[in-house]
Amino acid sequence: MKLHIQNGRLIDPANGIDQLADLFIADGKVAAVGTAPGGFVADTVIDATGMVVAPGLVDLSARLREPGYEYKATLESEMQAAVQGGVTTLVCPPDTDPVLDEPGLVEMLKHRARNLDLANVHPLGALTMGLKGQALTEMAELTEAGCIGFAQAEVPILDTNVLLRALQYAKTFGYTVWLRPQDAHIGRGGVAHSGPLASRLGLSGVPVMAETIALHTIFELVRSTGARVHLCRISSAAGIELVRAAKAEGLPVTCDVGVHHLHMTDADIGFFDSNARLTPPLRTQRDRDAIRAALVDGTVDAICSDHTPVDDDEKLLPFAEASPGATGLELLLSLTLKWAEELHGSEALLRALAKITSQPARTAGLAAGQLSVGAAADVVVFDPNARWTVDGAALASQGKHTPFLGFEVTGQVRATVVGGRIAYQR
Amino acid sequence: MPKLHNHPQLNKNGELQHLLTIEGLPKAIIHHILDTAQSFVGISDREVKKVPLMRGKSVFNLFFENSTRTRTTFEIASKRLSADVINLNIQASSTSKGESLLDTIDNLAAMHADMFVVRHAQSGAPYLIAQHLNRMGQNDIHVVNAGDGRHAHPTQGLLDMYTIRHYKQDFTKLRVAIVGDILHSRVARSDIHALTTLGVPEVRAIGPQTLLPSGLEHMGVRVFNNIEEGLKDVDVIITLRLQNERMSGALLPSAQEYFKSYGLTPERLALAKPDAIVMHPGPMNRGVEIDSAVADGKQAVILPQVTFGIAVRMAVMSILAGGRA
Repeated sequence: MKLHIQNGRLIDPANGIDQLADLFIADGKVAAVGTAPGGFVADTVIDATGMVVAPGLVDLSARLREPGYEYKATLESEMQAAVQGGVTTLVCPPDTDPVLDEPGLVEMLKHRARNLDLANVHPLGALTMGLKGQALTEMAELTEAGCIGFAQAEVPILDTNVLLRALQYAKTFGYTVWLRPQDAHIGRGGVAHSGPLASRLGLSGVPVMAETIALHTIFELVRSTGARVHLCRISSAAGIELVRAAKAEGLPVTCDVGVHHLHMTDADIGFFDSNARLTPPLRTQRDRDAIRAALVDGTVDAICSDHTPVDDDEKLLPFAEASPGATGLELLLSLTLKWAEELHGSEALLRALAKITSQPARTAGLAAGQLSVGAAADVVVFDPNARWTVDGAALASQGKHTPFLGFEVTGQVRATVVGGRIAYQR
Repeated sequence: MPKLHNHPQLNKNGELQHLLTIEGLPKAIIHHILDTAQSFVGISDREVKKVPLMRGKSVFNLFFENSTRTRTTFEIASKRLSADVINLNIQASSTSKGESLLDTIDNLAAMHADMFVVRHAQSGAPYLIAQHLNRMGQNDIHVVNAGDGRHAHPTQGLLDMYTIRHYKQDFTKLRVAIVGDILHSRVARSDIHALTTLGVPEVRAIGPQTLLPSGLEHMGVRVFNNIEEGLKDVDVIITLRLQNERMSGALLPSAQEYFKSYGLTPERLALAKPDAIVMHPGPMNRGVEIDSAVADGKQAVILPQVTFGIAVRMAVMSILAGGRA
């Protein structure tokens, strides 16, 4: 199929392009930008007048809840949510049930995702069997099955020696280890940022040092092993500072932040709003400001949706009993644009989109997130000015809970193209 | 994208719909509750200890966490107001198998409950219930928080204020010290909010660092680790109960050492003003947080607290049921 997306403002951060340009797609790949290749006759034309045409979004953390938690969400619903949100490539953590620690499970997930033919799914394999932090998984086999890295999701490794071995082993084969820095003991059972708000509400806290202690440990292990580590969901100003220093030192580390942490603070918990119960917890305004500054200076490589569908039964509970997490695939674009509004300069939009396209792709070692000629034609067409109100019932995701419910946001997806095929259009 | 947080305990007219916390409660409402309680104190001394203010109303005591004492005081308060009381002890957590918390509430609402008195181990649980009732348009059902996790115990806070007002009259000239396990204490939090709202110029929190929550000073209190310094020249001492499970472990080495460092002894009491009063929310651990000589001494007002507690709970319930505050 040949597709012609015309009259749009084409923004391709990977190639530094931000201009009015047509996009030509043939055989699932980008055929040309600007002028049609010789003899190009489009089967379908999308008029993108007034729209932005950008690479499909690359999301470094989206929980699809399959296998095991189909009552919370299914691959169908979440992949639909992805394309409605303009996300064409997503990385999913291994904390499914059973956990992704066997090649067969990974192959099945990849197979199911391929059959749906919506977004591209790249699983992370479990770093240790059952995420128990004891025995290493068959990383080579899992890589062959399609894993792009290895992670512990939300389960910190108790035994630092196992983490050391895991990093040595990963380094041997050149695999990336994805870790969310979280001490196994400090802050365990905590449900909100440790500070005045948690103290006032009588909620048990997760102190910033739960993150910084883990970062110190990880950096020391990286120094010793040389393993490449991607740090997930940095949440604090102090954590950001440590990552900045580690990068300056030349350690092979990258990092992402969850999109909620760009906008919200623990004050948004208000009167025990369980929609604001997230992991890691929302922190203070100072932390939020540090995250924003770190995105600008490059300390933070990517913004992810941290999409975590939770059903009503697990959210309509007292705050500490509610499951953490929020739906995010359909909000990633708008919430990133919201941040872009506050950036200055003519390249604000390009720089913001880089954090959800080219940079996460590079971080994950994927060829996605770009509109170079010959690249896979994963494209999002969105109206940068359309305003909409976040309404759980209107979301495609089975997860209806987000602290942004009722907020008016800007930027709406009009079409999502995956591998040259229109996967979503409105 | 600002989001407004309307306080779920006030209705559209700013009147008290539920009593969930003292935080943010206007001073006028607190005084109105205390004044109303004062008018009820005498009832308990009468031969017929009843007024018909809540006749025909059904009060459900929903105790998701064990408590004989608080439940009993609410039960007595309800009966003295002529309400029908139904006690439900729902020990299982709402996440365990079976009916969810809100399903339970919907069922009881369908039985035409007029008031829920809720005790729950999780901070914020009464908010969930109140917000659910508000959302369902059940405006004639009122929720009274009888203690939620570490968050709030507003009727205890109010009865403490009643006691302080009774003995000390003017809040604006007082130094009040709260001693002990503030980290886990909903009573301490409610007392702090009440005291600062009522204009107490100096509220002190005394305890070891392991039992003080982070950012406590943001609640408007002066923090002391040393009890001798903290008790100096105070007018009121509120001693907190130390739960058995905190007496040994990573927070404290032993009950003995706690008593040695923080127990309220006659010697320490002597550091306070000569007419200082000693309060305790009960039940007391003699020889742990308080010396018997102090607990039974003439400065202790621990039993009057219990008596006032009935009147204060009657006041809260009658005000909520009457729809006016």
